[in-house]
Amino acid sequence: MSASQTLAARTGSLFHRFANPGRFLRLGARLQPWLTWPALALTLIGVIWGLFLSPADWQQGDSVRIMYVHVPAAWLASSGYMALAVCSVLSLVWRHPLADLAAVEIGPVGAAITAVCLATGSLWGKPMWGTWWVWDARLTSVLVLFFLYLGHIALIRAFDEPQRGYRAAAILALAGAVDLPIIKFSVQWWNTLHQPDSITLTGAPTMSTTMLWPLLICTLGFTLGFGAIVVARLRAAVMESRARALLSARRGGASS
Amino acid sequence: MTHLPYIAGAYGLAAMVALWFGIGATLRLRRARTRLAAVEAARTRGGGDA
Repeated sequence: MSASQTLAARTGSLFHRFANPGRFLRLGARLQPWLTWPALALTLIGVIWGLFLSPADWQQGDSVRIMYVHVPAAWLASSGYMALAVCSVLSLVWRHPLADLAAVEIGPVGAAITAVCLATGSLWGKPMWGTWWVWDARLTSVLVLFFLYLGHIALIRAFDEPQRGYRAAAILALAGAVDLPIIKFSVQWWNTLHQPDSITLTGAPTMSTTMLWPLLICTLGFTLGFGAIVVARLRAAVMESRARALLSARRGGASS
Repeated sequence: MTHLPYIAGAYGLAAMVALWFGIGATLRLRRARTRLAAVEAARTRGGGDA
């Protein structure tokens, strides 16, 4: 066996440790309160700080406060899709059964948060730019992401045989991942009405720390909240699937 | 706050979506747990013939 095959096999066995539904349910039950309560606390603190304690922007005035929901929603729209793409790799390469269920559950939450990102962007754009919408590279690429989520949701339920739906949706999710760098770099590659990134990995933030802190707290709160909702939905999906399997086994046993 | 309606709209929408998905996930989890417990109890009563 070559080194790359060994690595692939080891990675596969690592992920398959969590493919056992009982093990996942135990892990999920332990994880749930650690996601839910910090998410609620951080979001509440971040929103109160952002709405009432942080200063208004010298140019934008109070409408800058929309940033504290718009930016976390934008971050989650992209990172939720990245999670979908990772689930697709796990499903296509290692046939991981929980990855398919996770993709089913991430899709609607990701689509909703992308819709929030687009809507809050419009609500911010109207007083600042004088328009609800422009066909700007950043806005258009996020709209494409929203349609990718909708396509994934539709495709995963489009087949009578669920496995075929999972495969087709996984391929769409992987192909659609090309939109993520386009969203990220759209403000650098094209002249856009949308402002450039204020927070980057390589440079210092271009905003005041009085705005940066509530923004970071809101982003962390939203991210934990997204995780809490997805974990709760996934735990419910695993339980539903287990109940269905037990019922069909009982019916099979009764008929034979 | 001349932009208050826009700010209220953005926060209201985000809160509505969060509540919808949060409450939906909680209720679904509770239903699934109850159903699984009922199915497992029935299976145990049936002597594990499933």
